[in-house]
Amino acid sequence: MANQTTTQGSRTTAAGGAATASAAPTPVVTPLALAGYLLIGMYLGIIFVQSEVVSWFRIQEMFRFQSFHMYGIIGMAVVVAAISVQIIKRMGLTSATGEPIKLSPKQWGDSRIPGARYWIGGTIFGIGWALLGACPGPIFALLGGGVSVLIMALLGALAGTWAYSALRSKLPH
Amino acid sequence: MFENLAGPWPWYVAGPLIGLVVPLLLLLGGKVFGISANLRHMCAATPAPERWKPAFLKYDWKKSGVWNLTFILGIFLGGFLAVQLIGMPDAGQHISEATRADLRALGIQDFSGILPTELFSWGTLLSPVGLILIVGGGFLVGFGARYAGGCTSGHAISGIADLQLPSLVAVLGFFAGGLLVTFGILPLLLG
Repeated sequence: MANQTTTQGSRTTAAGGAATASAAPTPVVTPLALAGYLLIGMYLGIIFVQSEVVSWFRIQEMFRFQSFHMYGIIGMAVVVAAISVQIIKRMGLTSATGEPIKLSPKQWGDSRIPGARYWIGGTIFGIGWALLGACPGPIFALLGGGVSVLIMALLGALAGTWAYSALRSKLPH
Repeated sequence: MFENLAGPWPWYVAGPLIGLVVPLLLLLGGKVFGISANLRHMCAATPAPERWKPAFLKYDWKKSGVWNLTFILGIFLGGFLAVQLIGMPDAGQHISEATRADLRALGIQDFSGILPTELFSWGTLLSPVGLILIVGGGFLVGFGARYAGGCTSGHAISGIADLQLPSLVAVLGFFAGGLLVTFGILPLLLG
Protein backbone atom coordinates (compact mmCIF):
# COMPACT_ATOMS: atom_id res chain seq x y z
CA MET A 1 0.00 0.00 0.00
CA ALA A 2 2.93 2.30 0.62
CA ASN A 3 3.74 2.27 -3.07
CA GLN A 4 0.49 4.04 -3.85
CA THR A 5 2.10 7.42 -3.36
CA THR A 6 0.55 10.25 -5.25
CA THR A 7 2.09 13.55 -6.05
CA GLN A 8 -0.86 15.44 -4.68
CA GLY A 9 0.04 14.44 -1.15
CA SER A 10 -2.27 16.85 0.63
CA ARG A 11 -4.79 14.35 1.85
CA THR A 12 -4.34 11.18 3.79
CA THR A 13 -6.31 8.30 2.39
CA ALA A 14 -8.68 6.36 4.56
CA ALA A 15 -7.27 3.03 5.62
CA GLY A 16 -8.28 -0.11 3.84
CA GLY A 17 -8.63 1.04 0.25
CA ALA A 18 -5.98 -1.38 -0.91
CA ALA A 19 -6.80 -2.01 -4.53
CA THR A 20 -8.62 1.12 -5.54
CA ALA A 21 -6.39 3.49 -7.43
CA SER A 22 -8.34 6.64 -6.69
CA ALA A 23 -6.47 8.32 -3.87
CA ALA A 24 -7.73 11.78 -4.66
CA PRO A 25 -11.27 12.62 -3.56
CA THR A 26 -13.43 11.49 -6.42
CA PRO A 27 -16.03 14.00 -7.51
CA VAL A 28 -19.54 12.65 -7.84
CA VAL A 29 -19.98 11.25 -11.33
CA THR A 30 -22.28 13.63 -13.15
CA PRO A 31 -25.24 12.37 -15.18
CA LEU A 32 -23.60 13.85 -18.26
CA ALA A 33 -20.42 11.84 -17.70
CA LEU A 34 -22.50 8.72 -17.07
CA ALA A 35 -24.26 9.28 -20.38
CA GLY A 36 -20.81 9.43 -21.94
CA TYR A 37 -19.77 6.10 -20.43
CA LEU A 38 -23.04 4.59 -21.61
CA LEU A 39 -22.45 5.80 -25.16
CA ILE A 40 -18.84 4.56 -25.26
CA GLY A 41 -20.11 1.19 -24.01
CA MET A 42 -22.78 1.04 -26.72
CA TYR A 43 -20.18 1.87 -29.34
CA LEU A 44 -17.98 -0.95 -28.04
CA GLY A 45 -20.86 -3.44 -27.80
CA ILE A 46 -21.76 -2.91 -31.44
CA ILE A 47 -18.14 -3.44 -32.53
CA PHE A 48 -17.82 -6.52 -30.30
CA VAL A 49 -20.76 -8.18 -32.05
CA GLN A 50 -20.13 -7.11 -35.63
CA SER A 51 -16.41 -7.96 -35.54
CA GLU A 52 -17.38 -11.37 -34.12
CA VAL A 53 -14.93 -11.20 -31.20
CA VAL A 54 -17.88 -12.37 -29.08
CA SER A 55 -17.95 -15.65 -31.01
CA TRP A 56 -16.83 -18.97 -29.53
CA PHE A 57 -15.96 -19.95 -33.13
CA ARG A 58 -13.57 -16.99 -33.47
CA ILE A 59 -11.88 -17.79 -30.16
CA GLN A 60 -11.31 -21.37 -31.35
CA GLU A 61 -9.95 -20.06 -34.64
CA MET A 62 -7.55 -17.85 -32.66
CA PHE A 63 -6.28 -20.56 -30.32
CA ARG A 64 -5.76 -22.84 -33.34
CA PHE A 65 -3.78 -20.08 -35.13
CA GLN A 66 -5.96 -20.48 -38.23
CA SER A 67 -6.77 -16.85 -38.92
CA PHE A 68 -5.24 -13.44 -38.35
CA HIS A 69 -8.63 -11.92 -37.47
CA MET A 70 -8.44 -11.92 -33.64
CA TYR A 71 -4.71 -11.16 -33.60
CA GLY A 72 -5.27 -8.24 -35.95
CA ILE A 73 -8.08 -6.86 -33.79
CA ILE A 74 -6.23 -7.15 -30.47
CA GLY A 75 -2.96 -6.00 -32.07
CA MET A 76 -4.47 -2.92 -33.72
CA ALA A 77 -6.40 -2.08 -30.55
CA VAL A 78 -3.13 -2.20 -28.58
CA VAL A 79 -1.30 -0.03 -31.14
CA VAL A 80 -4.04 2.63 -31.23
CA ALA A 81 -4.36 2.57 -27.43
CA ALA A 82 -0.58 2.79 -26.93
CA ILE A 83 -0.20 5.76 -29.28
CA SER A 84 -3.16 7.49 -27.63
CA VAL A 85 -1.75 6.95 -24.14
CA GLN A 86 1.62 8.35 -25.21
CA ILE A 87 -0.03 11.43 -26.73
CA ILE A 88 -2.14 11.97 -23.60
CA LYS A 89 0.90 11.58 -21.32
CA ARG A 90 3.23 13.82 -23.32
CA MET A 91 0.68 16.58 -23.78
CA GLY A 92 -0.25 16.30 -20.09
CA LEU A 93 -3.95 16.27 -20.94
CA THR A 94 -6.56 16.24 -18.19
CA SER A 95 -9.97 14.65 -18.41
CA ALA A 96 -13.17 16.46 -19.30
CA THR A 97 -14.48 15.94 -15.78
CA GLY A 98 -11.31 17.38 -14.28
CA GLU A 99 -10.01 14.11 -12.90
CA PRO A 100 -6.30 13.45 -13.34
CA ILE A 101 -5.26 10.97 -16.01
CA LYS A 102 -2.89 8.49 -14.50
CA LEU A 103 -2.29 4.84 -15.20
CA SER A 104 -1.11 3.12 -12.05
CA PRO A 105 1.74 0.68 -12.72
CA LYS A 106 0.79 -2.92 -12.03
CA GLN A 107 2.61 -4.32 -9.00
CA TRP A 108 4.63 -7.51 -9.10
CA GLY A 109 3.41 -8.51 -5.64
CA ASP A 110 5.36 -9.86 -2.72
CA SER A 111 5.02 -13.59 -3.29
CA ARG A 112 8.05 -15.87 -3.23
CA ILE A 113 6.84 -16.97 -6.66
CA PRO A 114 7.56 -13.94 -8.89
CA GLY A 115 4.48 -12.57 -10.61
CA ALA A 116 2.41 -15.52 -9.39
CA ARG A 117 -0.90 -13.73 -9.70
CA TYR A 118 -0.26 -12.84 -13.33
CA TRP A 119 0.71 -16.20 -14.72
CA ILE A 120 -1.40 -18.42 -12.45
CA GLY A 121 -4.43 -16.13 -12.58
CA GLY A 122 -3.84 -15.53 -16.28
CA THR A 123 -3.75 -19.26 -17.03
CA ILE A 124 -6.95 -19.86 -15.06
CA PHE A 125 -8.59 -17.02 -16.98
CA GLY A 126 -7.36 -18.47 -20.29
CA ILE A 127 -8.87 -21.86 -19.49
CA GLY A 128 -12.21 -20.18 -18.81
CA TRP A 129 -11.94 -17.95 -21.89
CA ALA A 130 -11.41 -20.94 -24.20
CA LEU A 131 -14.16 -23.04 -22.60
CA LEU A 132 -16.77 -20.29 -22.63
CA GLY A 133 -15.47 -18.58 -25.77
CA ALA A 134 -16.15 -15.20 -24.24
CA CYS A 135 -14.31 -12.86 -21.90
CA PRO A 136 -16.25 -10.51 -19.60
CA GLY A 137 -17.07 -7.78 -22.17
CA PRO A 138 -18.49 -10.19 -24.75
CA ILE A 139 -20.62 -11.89 -22.04
CA PHE A 140 -22.55 -8.61 -21.67
CA ALA A 141 -22.67 -7.96 -25.42
CA LEU A 142 -24.02 -11.46 -26.12
CA LEU A 143 -26.62 -11.12 -23.36
CA GLY A 144 -27.78 -7.89 -24.98
CA GLY A 145 -27.80 -9.67 -28.33
CA GLY A 146 -30.26 -12.20 -26.97
CA VAL A 147 -28.05 -15.20 -26.14
CA SER A 148 -29.90 -15.61 -22.87
CA VAL A 149 -28.17 -18.77 -21.65
CA LEU A 150 -25.07 -16.66 -20.98
CA ILE A 151 -26.81 -15.34 -17.87
CA MET A 152 -25.64 -18.65 -16.38
CA ALA A 153 -22.08 -17.87 -17.49
CA LEU A 154 -22.38 -14.46 -15.82
CA LEU A 155 -23.62 -16.09 -12.61
CA GLY A 156 -20.68 -18.50 -12.87
CA ALA A 157 -18.30 -15.57 -13.30
CA LEU A 158 -19.77 -13.83 -10.26
CA ALA A 159 -19.38 -17.05 -8.25
CA GLY A 160 -15.77 -17.26 -9.44
CA THR A 161 -15.13 -13.66 -8.42
CA TRP A 162 -16.68 -14.33 -5.01
CA ALA A 163 -14.61 -17.52 -4.59
CA TYR A 164 -11.43 -15.61 -5.42
CA SER A 165 -12.37 -12.89 -2.94
CA ALA A 166 -12.86 -15.51 -0.20
CA LEU A 167 -9.58 -17.34 -0.97
CA ARG A 168 -7.53 -14.24 -1.74
CA SER A 169 -5.44 -14.23 1.43
CA LYS A 170 -4.41 -17.85 0.88
CA LEU A 171 -3.30 -17.48 -2.74
CA PRO A 172 0.21 -16.49 -3.86
CA HIS A 173 0.25 -13.01 -5.43
CA MET B 1 -32.23 -1.29 -41.00
CA PHE B 2 -28.48 -1.17 -41.46
CA GLU B 3 -28.12 -4.67 -42.89
CA ASN B 4 -25.57 -3.43 -45.41
CA LEU B 5 -23.21 -2.96 -42.46
CA ALA B 6 -23.38 -6.69 -41.81
CA GLY B 7 -20.04 -8.10 -40.86
CA PRO B 8 -17.73 -9.51 -40.23
CA TRP B 9 -16.13 -6.14 -39.77
CA PRO B 10 -12.47 -6.64 -40.75
CA TRP B 11 -9.73 -6.55 -38.13
CA TYR B 12 -8.19 -3.35 -39.50
CA VAL B 13 -11.49 -1.54 -38.87
CA ALA B 14 -12.60 -3.19 -35.62
CA GLY B 15 -9.16 -3.19 -33.96
CA PRO B 16 -8.51 0.58 -34.14
CA LEU B 17 -12.14 1.33 -33.19
CA ILE B 18 -11.77 -0.83 -30.06
CA GLY B 19 -8.39 0.77 -29.27
CA LEU B 20 -10.02 4.21 -29.27
CA VAL B 21 -12.06 3.21 -26.22
CA VAL B 22 -8.88 3.60 -24.12
CA PRO B 23 -8.34 7.34 -24.84
CA LEU B 24 -12.10 8.02 -24.83
CA LEU B 25 -12.41 6.74 -21.24
CA LEU B 26 -9.21 8.48 -20.14
CA LEU B 27 -10.25 11.80 -21.65
CA LEU B 28 -13.80 11.65 -20.38
CA GLY B 29 -13.06 10.87 -16.77
CA GLY B 30 -9.53 9.55 -16.31
CA LYS B 31 -10.92 6.00 -16.34
CA VAL B 32 -8.86 2.96 -17.27
CA PHE B 33 -10.48 0.48 -19.66
CA GLY B 34 -11.04 -2.75 -17.70
CA ILE B 35 -14.27 -4.69 -17.85
CA SER B 36 -13.81 -7.53 -15.35
CA ALA B 37 -13.65 -5.12 -12.39
CA ASN B 38 -17.42 -4.96 -12.84
CA LEU B 39 -17.75 -8.56 -11.66
CA ARG B 40 -16.23 -7.44 -8.35
CA HIS B 41 -18.51 -4.39 -8.25
CA MET B 42 -21.54 -6.61 -8.85
CA CYS B 43 -20.49 -8.98 -6.05
CA ALA B 44 -19.88 -6.02 -3.73
CA ALA B 45 -23.31 -4.61 -4.62
CA THR B 46 -25.05 -7.90 -3.80
CA PRO B 47 -27.52 -7.29 -0.97
CA ALA B 48 -26.04 -10.11 1.12
CA PRO B 49 -25.40 -9.70 4.86
CA GLU B 50 -22.08 -7.91 5.35
CA ARG B 51 -20.70 -10.73 7.51
CA TRP B 52 -20.96 -13.09 4.51
CA LYS B 53 -18.82 -10.87 2.37
CA PRO B 54 -15.06 -11.39 2.14
CA ALA B 55 -13.01 -8.27 2.92
CA PHE B 56 -12.17 -7.90 -0.78
CA LEU B 57 -15.85 -7.23 -1.49
CA LYS B 58 -16.31 -4.61 1.22
CA TYR B 59 -15.59 -1.25 -0.35
CA ASP B 60 -17.47 1.71 -1.73
CA TRP B 61 -18.46 0.19 -5.07
CA LYS B 62 -20.72 3.13 -5.87
CA LYS B 63 -17.80 5.52 -5.72
CA SER B 64 -15.35 3.41 -7.70
CA GLY B 65 -17.69 1.38 -9.87
CA VAL B 66 -20.74 3.28 -11.02
CA TRP B 67 -19.02 4.65 -14.11
CA ASN B 68 -17.89 1.16 -15.13
CA LEU B 69 -21.25 -0.48 -14.45
CA THR B 70 -22.83 2.20 -16.65
CA PHE B 71 -20.21 1.43 -19.29
CA ILE B 72 -21.09 -2.30 -19.36
CA LEU B 73 -24.79 -1.46 -19.42
CA GLY B 74 -23.81 0.35 -22.62
CA ILE B 75 -22.04 -2.78 -23.91
CA PHE B 76 -25.23 -4.74 -23.22
CA LEU B 77 -27.34 -2.17 -25.09
CA GLY B 78 -24.77 -2.06 -27.88
CA GLY B 79 -25.07 -5.83 -28.27
CA PHE B 80 -28.84 -5.44 -28.45
CA LEU B 81 -28.65 -2.67 -31.07
CA ALA B 82 -26.05 -4.52 -33.13
CA VAL B 83 -28.36 -7.50 -33.46
CA GLN B 84 -31.59 -5.51 -33.92
CA LEU B 85 -30.28 -3.02 -36.45
CA ILE B 86 -27.67 -5.04 -38.33
CA GLY B 87 -28.21 -8.65 -37.33
CA MET B 88 -26.32 -11.35 -35.45
CA PRO B 89 -23.38 -12.35 -37.63
CA ASP B 90 -22.99 -15.97 -38.69
CA ALA B 91 -19.49 -16.30 -37.33
CA GLY B 92 -19.50 -20.06 -37.83
CA GLN B 93 -19.77 -19.45 -41.58
CA HIS B 94 -17.02 -16.83 -41.58
CA ILE B 95 -14.24 -18.66 -39.76
CA SER B 96 -11.56 -20.47 -41.70
CA GLU B 97 -12.35 -23.81 -43.26
CA ALA B 98 -9.48 -25.34 -41.27
CA THR B 99 -11.18 -24.39 -37.99
CA ARG B 100 -14.51 -25.80 -39.18
CA ALA B 101 -12.77 -29.05 -40.13
CA ASP B 102 -11.12 -29.30 -36.70
CA LEU B 103 -14.41 -28.59 -34.94
CA ARG B 104 -16.25 -31.09 -37.15
CA ALA B 105 -13.74 -33.69 -36.02
CA LEU B 106 -14.83 -32.85 -32.46
CA GLY B 107 -18.43 -33.54 -33.43
CA ILE B 108 -19.73 -30.00 -34.04
CA GLN B 109 -22.09 -29.90 -37.02
CA ASP B 110 -24.01 -26.64 -36.75
CA PHE B 111 -22.00 -23.62 -37.91
CA SER B 112 -24.97 -21.36 -38.50
CA GLY B 113 -24.79 -18.81 -35.70
CA ILE B 114 -22.50 -16.73 -33.53
CA LEU B 115 -21.70 -19.76 -31.37
CA PRO B 116 -22.37 -23.50 -31.59
CA THR B 117 -25.89 -24.02 -30.26
CA GLU B 118 -25.14 -27.73 -29.89
CA LEU B 119 -22.94 -26.71 -26.95
CA PHE B 120 -24.43 -23.40 -25.77
CA SER B 121 -28.18 -23.46 -25.15
CA TRP B 122 -30.64 -23.87 -22.31
CA GLY B 123 -31.08 -27.45 -23.49
CA THR B 124 -27.39 -28.31 -23.01
CA LEU B 125 -26.96 -26.36 -19.79
CA LEU B 126 -27.66 -29.32 -17.56
CA SER B 127 -25.57 -31.79 -19.54
CA PRO B 128 -22.03 -32.33 -18.21
CA VAL B 129 -20.51 -30.70 -21.31
CA GLY B 130 -22.84 -27.70 -21.26
CA LEU B 131 -22.32 -27.19 -17.56
CA ILE B 132 -18.53 -27.30 -17.87
CA LEU B 133 -18.42 -24.95 -20.87
CA ILE B 134 -21.01 -22.41 -19.74
CA VAL B 135 -20.95 -22.33 -15.94
CA GLY B 136 -17.45 -23.79 -15.45
CA GLY B 137 -15.99 -21.52 -18.12
CA GLY B 138 -17.75 -18.54 -16.57
CA PHE B 139 -16.50 -19.43 -13.09
CA LEU B 140 -12.87 -19.64 -14.26
CA VAL B 141 -13.20 -16.39 -16.21
CA GLY B 142 -14.40 -14.64 -13.04
CA PHE B 143 -11.88 -16.30 -10.73
CA GLY B 144 -8.92 -15.91 -13.09
CA ALA B 145 -9.67 -12.33 -14.10
CA ARG B 146 -9.74 -11.12 -10.49
CA TYR B 147 -6.73 -13.24 -9.50
CA ALA B 148 -4.74 -11.87 -12.45
CA GLY B 149 -6.08 -8.36 -11.76
CA GLY B 150 -7.63 -7.94 -15.19
CA CYS B 151 -8.99 -9.61 -18.30
CA THR B 152 -8.53 -9.09 -22.01
CA SER B 153 -9.40 -5.39 -21.77
CA GLY B 154 -7.42 -4.54 -18.64
CA HIS B 155 -4.28 -6.55 -19.41
CA ALA B 156 -4.14 -7.36 -23.14
CA ILE B 157 -5.24 -3.88 -24.25
CA SER B 158 -4.85 -1.29 -21.45
CA GLY B 159 -1.86 -2.96 -19.76
CA ILE B 160 0.20 -3.79 -22.82
CA ALA B 161 -0.60 -0.44 -24.41
CA ASP B 162 0.95 1.16 -21.30
CA LEU B 163 3.96 -1.21 -21.66
CA GLN B 164 3.27 -3.00 -18.39
CA LEU B 165 5.34 -6.18 -18.12
CA PRO B 166 2.95 -7.85 -15.63
CA SER B 167 0.20 -7.53 -18.23
CA LEU B 168 2.35 -9.30 -20.80
CA VAL B 169 2.89 -12.15 -18.34
CA ALA B 170 -0.87 -12.31 -17.74
CA VAL B 171 -1.56 -12.45 -21.49
CA LEU B 172 0.96 -15.27 -21.90
CA GLY B 173 -1.01 -17.03 -19.16
CA PHE B 174 -4.27 -16.39 -21.07
CA PHE B 175 -2.74 -18.16 -24.04
CA ALA B 176 -1.27 -21.02 -22.04
CA GLY B 177 -4.72 -21.69 -20.59
CA GLY B 178 -6.45 -21.31 -23.94
CA LEU B 179 -4.08 -23.69 -25.70
CA LEU B 180 -4.45 -26.22 -22.89
CA VAL B 181 -8.21 -26.20 -23.37
CA THR B 182 -8.12 -26.20 -27.17
CA PHE B 183 -5.66 -29.03 -27.61
CA GLY B 184 -6.00 -30.90 -24.30
CA ILE B 185 -9.38 -30.48 -22.66
CA LEU B 186 -11.81 -29.98 -25.57
CA PRO B 187 -10.81 -33.25 -27.33
CA LEU B 188 -11.44 -35.10 -24.05
CA LEU B 189 -14.69 -33.25 -23.38
CA LEU B 190 -16.21 -33.45 -26.87
CA GLY B 191 -14.39 -36.42 -28.38
